[in-house]
Amino acid sequence: MIEIFTNPQLWASTLTLGTPIALGALGGTFSEKTGVINIAIEGTMLTSGFFAVLFTNYFSNPWLGLLGAIISGLIITLIFAWGSITLAADQIVLGMSINIIALGLTTYLLNDIYGYIGTPIHTKQLPYVSLPYIKNIPFIGEILNGQSTIFYLGVIFVLLSHWFLFHTNLGLRLRSVGENPEAVATAGLNVFKLRYIGVTIGSVFSAMGGAFLSIGISNSFAVNLTNGRGYIALAAMIFGNWTPLGAYGAAMLFGFASALSMFLQNYGVSQDLVQMLPYILTILVLVGFGVSSKPPAADGEPYEKLD
Amino acid sequence: MVMVLLLEEEDFMMFKYKFKTLLVPISSIIIALIIGGFLMLFTGNNPIEVYKVMIFGAVGSIPNLANTLANAIPLILSGVGVAIAFNSGLFNIGAEGQYMIGALVGAWAGYSIQGLPWVIHIPLVLLLSMIAGGLWGGIVPGLAKAFTGAHEVITTMMMSYIAIFLTHFLLRGGPMQASGYVPQSPKIESSSILPILLEKTQLSAGIFIAIIVPIICYFFIYKTKWGLNMRIVGKSIETAEYIGISVPKTIVASLGLSGAFAGLAGAVQVLGIQHRMVDSFSSGYGYTAIVVAMLARNNPIGVIFAALIFAILNTGSQFVQINLGVSAQIADIISGIIIFFIAVEKIIKIVYKYYNRSQTENRGVIS
Repeated sequence: MIEIFTNPQLWASTLTLGTPIALGALGGTFSEKTGVINIAIEGTMLTSGFFAVLFTNYFSNPWLGLLGAIISGLIITLIFAWGSITLAADQIVLGMSINIIALGLTTYLLNDIYGYIGTPIHTKQLPYVSLPYIKNIPFIGEILNGQSTIFYLGVIFVLLSHWFLFHTNLGLRLRSVGENPEAVATAGLNVFKLRYIGVTIGSVFSAMGGAFLSIGISNSFAVNLTNGRGYIALAAMIFGNWTPLGAYGAAMLFGFASALSMFLQNYGVSQDLVQMLPYILTILVLVGFGVSSKPPAADGEPYEKLD
Repeated sequence: MVMVLLLEEEDFMMFKYKFKTLLVPISSIIIALIIGGFLMLFTGNNPIEVYKVMIFGAVGSIPNLANTLANAIPLILSGVGVAIAFNSGLFNIGAEGQYMIGALVGAWAGYSIQGLPWVIHIPLVLLLSMIAGGLWGGIVPGLAKAFTGAHEVITTMMMSYIAIFLTHFLLRGGPMQASGYVPQSPKIESSSILPILLEKTQLSAGIFIAIIVPIICYFFIYKTKWGLNMRIVGKSIETAEYIGISVPKTIVASLGLSGAFAGLAGAVQVLGIQHRMVDSFSSGYGYTAIVVAMLARNNPIGVIFAALIFAILNTGSQFVQINLGVSAQIADIISGIIIFFIAVEKIIKIVYKYYNRSQTENRGVIS
């Protein structure tokens, strides 16, 4: 059984399966850094996954599919942001409502547009990337080479996000608004605007995560495609202590659990039991690290102007 | 005379108060139906036709009405469960998983315990499934929340997925599969079957359970010390700690009770309708239960009415799907929009206030 771990395919799958969770976790980080708990990531990813397929088929171009994913993710997140930031609603309740709408809407549209057969089998996929030089390195090359474009974009975005949040002025402001919105308001900055910026940037990443599931690693959309990955992404964000790099690392751990469960099936372990692995790991991570993790101080608290 | 006036004033205030608590849910439902209508219009369906057929399918004939009531049973029971957790400020979004676990244990106790009269068998099965659902919700998410602060939204959801895979495991060639190739459990003993009340419909004696449970829970939440403790924890953990309530105990108990009723819902579904556990048992009742509890403002009695509304939506939309070919998921979209507007109640209140103000201003101009 030990040969599972020396199989580069396991590690390549880890990176592949960790990527949508990492992008969702990155989306969550941007949102929660500004003080907005965003469980609507699940719904955002699901919606984007559907519109990625819809746009890809309509324009027969996966890049426009990705664009469609981002636009639809932005729209659904802006509805969430309007409720949670402008109208100061309970963020969890609101996020749940978005998730229910997203599941209903995508299933409704799937049935209405494509019928019960599902999305077209000739749907185009985002290209896989062949890396020069790296692909010739043994083991490492086999892991890193030939991943989907979004995997590499994910790596770039996570590094950019780290730089943006911790080394730019706007990043500092976004973080402050999640720690102490009153102080930010006193300093003359617009709390609402900053929160909108954080949540909106985050939605682009979550949307890409959703698109990755539909036109990145496959070329179809199925009912409830995300299957709770949005929630797992939030656990990764918490485990990663609300930082882009931490969230990315944690997401890869979940990717590893998913990859391992796939490979264990080949060894006669019940498929249904090993599929529980990522979900069990999520709970363990939350229990084990819940005590030591430190969320932004004003996370989840709606900000209301005193008048 | 003064007394009478005071009373009238009070009555009026009460009426106004009641009107206001109903204002948000009712406006939310209306807005959601309108938005759902536009969505149907955009996708080339006639919303008026759909709503007409939906209402006929849900309440237009005695059998349809009976099936709608049958649909309300699991929604009421798991809705009460979600409402209990909400009263302690806890968000049990894993009712779906607890419902599955209750159904699994209900089916198992239904077929493996033999030779009992129904007066013992049925209560025993229901009790076991409540314990199972209670442990599923109370042990992992409850203890995790109480002692490490792990957010119950994520843990209960994860437990739901684990429950779904566990069901697959047990029924697809696992220890609970009946002989044959179909992924389903053996049929339960006839001594554990809840009788059907109206022939050729799904309405079983479970409806009585669904009426009694919310009433008991209402008294529990609003008239007992434990219920009060839970509501205090829900309002303010600091206050609860200050007056000596054990917060961890209350959290575990509340999530446990919440899971128990979701588990009961699953068992009643097995004993009343399915009569066995099937692989595709998950039906989204556990998710709709969240919506039910919110629409009811977490009041167990309100849950009955909220569940009826969603049962009408559910059965009606199934009927629409069969007869008009419009996907039944329209019901989920409408449910989600209802919750959205309940969450952003501020907007409904703002509109209402604005409307009131403009009314008085208009009157001022005329006089």
